[in-house]
Amino acid sequence: MSDPGPPPATPTDAERDELRRQGILLTSMEELYNWGRSRSVWPLNFGLACCAIEMMAASMARFDIARFGSEVFRPSPRQADLIIVSGTVTKKMAPQVVRLWNQMPEPKYCIAMGACAISGGPFKQGYNVLKGIDRYIPVDIYIPGCPPRPEALLHGLMQLQEKMRGQRLTGPEAPPHMQPGAACDYPVPAFGAHDLEPPKNPELWQPPVLVRKEGA
Amino acid sequence: METPDQIRDRLLARFPGAAVAVVANPGPAAQHSLLVGGAHGRAIAEFLRDDPALRLDFCSNATGVDWLDREVTDVASTTVPDPAGGPAKVVEQKTKRLQPGYLEVVYHLFSMELRHGPVILRMRTGNRSDKVTLPSLTPVWRSCEFQEREVFDLYGVVFSGHPDLRRILMWDEFKDHPMRKDYAEPDDYEWEPTPHGDVLAKAKLHYPAAEPAAAAPKEEPKP
Repeated sequence: MSDPGPPPATPTDAERDELRRQGILLTSMEELYNWGRSRSVWPLNFGLACCAIEMMAASMARFDIARFGSEVFRPSPRQADLIIVSGTVTKKMAPQVVRLWNQMPEPKYCIAMGACAISGGPFKQGYNVLKGIDRYIPVDIYIPGCPPRPEALLHGLMQLQEKMRGQRLTGPEAPPHMQPGAACDYPVPAFGAHDLEPPKNPELWQPPVLVRKEGA
Repeated sequence: METPDQIRDRLLARFPGAAVAVVANPGPAAQHSLLVGGAHGRAIAEFLRDDPALRLDFCSNATGVDWLDREVTDVASTTVPDPAGGPAKVVEQKTKRLQPGYLEVVYHLFSMELRHGPVILRMRTGNRSDKVTLPSLTPVWRSCEFQEREVFDLYGVVFSGHPDLRRILMWDEFKDHPMRKDYAEPDDYEWEPTPHGDVLAKAKLHYPAAEPAAAAPKEEPKP
């Protein structure tokens, strides 16, 4: 009965660099897949308000979103990996945004760009503005700012790439679309007589449970 | 350009029986406006556009105002002679009456040809609920089209003769008129970090204060 010894350790980055110098690429399928897709995030050609101007600036030569592989703004949601909700989402526009999100193929990601897309921003107390797109679709990256600078959008994109590189393709940590039987369709709100119906997707978002301090 | 009073006199001479009045603006701008009854509104608008001395060919702005019911106090002073022969007394009699609310549409008219303006035209509805129809001035000035739709959407004024009267900002299924003063917005308050004013009232409603037992004990004031 011989001792099997400690299990083989995963190679460190230094060891893999050494191997790569010798012409041996040591990787996993998951890593290769995530490396590829995180460097070709194709956003949807979709802008709502002034944040979209900054998004356009980020795609132009000075900021050059092509450095990150995301210059291919797709005019069709069928070809897009990422929706950048750039601007104020009015309640009249919200069903269209959810419909576009539903039409995008998995795996798909959402960036809420700017104060309005995050929370309604300066229009939060208005009757006609959605108080954040995360009421209806799941948001991966929130970029604060009013509007955010193009550098902030690039930073958000890099954070999204980081998130994609860390995602597992199998097991319980896999994204919903890799899970058998998981629903990937999000209900589109209907235009009601006084408000959108329902006013939020309760599976995605619930108002914070807070207790106001006495005298506040 | 003629003053609003002169325009009113000409309008009354041209349209006998029309309700035309001048609403004075007491502010320093002194932009007095013409209040026109809805029955002759369309004819008066065409007259203002085609009259060679006015030629108001451009409507730069159409907007709405919501006037709620309000209580007006009328003061009537009467002189009562003193039977004893002394100086006559002035007796003031105050009567309160309820002025019913109405919706108002305001048009700002300019003349591109004669380079003058603005002439401000107002029209008022009968009330705020069922008599809300006014003549549309879109057939006279095409630039009113979207703005009259906006007034229809946000105030609920129905413009008869408008070529395409639909809601323009809110969706078609929407029932309310958000710019009316008694509009009740949907109760969708969410947490705010620093509420104040109306928002604070909503915050107290949605996030009531902690139970007094859970609150921190207050320090006793030292003598």
